[in-house]
Amino acid sequence: MVSEGAALTREAVLAALEAVKDPEIPTVSVVDLGLIYEVRVKGDEVEVDFAPTFVGCPALHVMEQEIVACIRALGARSVRVQRVYRPPWTADRMSARARQALRELGIAPPRPVPAEITLTAFEKLPCPFCGSTDTRMENLFGPTSCRALFYCNTCQQPFEAFKPL
Amino acid sequence: MASPFPKPNETVALPDPLREAVGQLLLAMADDEVLLGHRDSEWVGHAPILEADIAMASIAQDEIGHAVLWYSLLQELGWPDPDRMAYFRDPPEFRNATLVELPKGDWAFTIIRQFLFDFAEKVRLEALMASAWTPLAAAAAKVRREETYHLMHSRAWVLRLGDATEESHRRMQAALEQAWPHALGLFEPTPGEILRVEAGIQPPEAELRARWEAEVRPILEAASLRIPEAEPVYGGRLGRHTEHLAALLADFQGVARSGLGETW
Repeated sequence: MVSEGAALTREAVLAALEAVKDPEIPTVSVVDLGLIYEVRVKGDEVEVDFAPTFVGCPALHVMEQEIVACIRALGARSVRVQRVYRPPWTADRMSARARQALRELGIAPPRPVPAEITLTAFEKLPCPFCGSTDTRMENLFGPTSCRALFYCNTCQQPFEAFKPL
Repeated sequence: MASPFPKPNETVALPDPLREAVGQLLLAMADDEVLLGHRDSEWVGHAPILEADIAMASIAQDEIGHAVLWYSLLQELGWPDPDRMAYFRDPPEFRNATLVELPKGDWAFTIIRQFLFDFAEKVRLEALMASAWTPLAAAAAKVRREETYHLMHSRAWVLRLGDATEESHRRMQAALEQAWPHALGLFEPTPGEILRVEAGIQPPEAELRARWEAEVRPILEAASLRIPEAEPVYGGRLGRHTEHLAALLADFQGVARSGLGETW
């Protein structure tokens, strides 16, 4: 069954998935985070290739459940969300809109991710509040797997940063 | 019903006995991670500084997440689901190295154990990224990137505590003496190793151990620590464990086995 007026297409599914957010980053959709690798529609069956940021992220189940519910609401009879590890998700997949939304939440978005992540990736990271690069990394680990803790020496605000991955 | 869609990653079929052999490797990796994750979680609320507390919570979550990934691959090969594997097996069925079941000890032991484990995982994952079984190669590449943060963390702590004060040096040296023989047990040959090596699933464990020593020895030496000459403690990969595993599992599995769990 397809809901009236809307054909079940790849584009319709992608548009609907804009409503599914990361529960830890409630203004950014799974599409803007770059977590949706592919959507395949065949009749009323849909498969979604979904890439985790960090494998141990406890929000993965929540997002997967919401993806299924969201696509079923479009009229799909069967929805399968498949976790994909190749190519690994990297922060370079985030959209410009996602980066801006992160800044507004006080989370510095990552710079382009180098092939080998080293501590230099954490030097002079712009503060999401004042833009100063006079900042220091306080802890590689933070409130979620994907965030690290920083301090801005200019505006004297602690802030979080999305880890390069 | 078969999926109407092609698989995103081409999969190499694993006929028996190779399926069983790959399963034994995944079981060892998953059991190592789930138990170390549990031991790390024991520091939550107890670590020496707040930053370390947050780090141990995050590392514990990562390790348990990686365990779920390896258990999920096992499930694809016909083993029970990850919850059943983690919560409803007894000590002789676990295939972890004894290193990860030892009590958390002091902060020095925790750091030394994590450091030795993280670098062992690094060399294993880097080898498995070239594995002939593509689902394993893809997962290894993913986990390897995440492990970058664990490696930075444990290396920094080893270098800091190795020669900070007389007490920190003494504790780190004692921790290394205790952990080293068990860490060598991470490379205990597991059933099916010859089959896996022949099939291009993994390099020999002895080769992984050599690569691991080449990584950890210079860092331990830079931290002014003396590497013990000790024989490996083997047995964990065959289900022969120290007395500590039963106590750990009683704590870790207690709620799931109480029968109260299903409908929280």
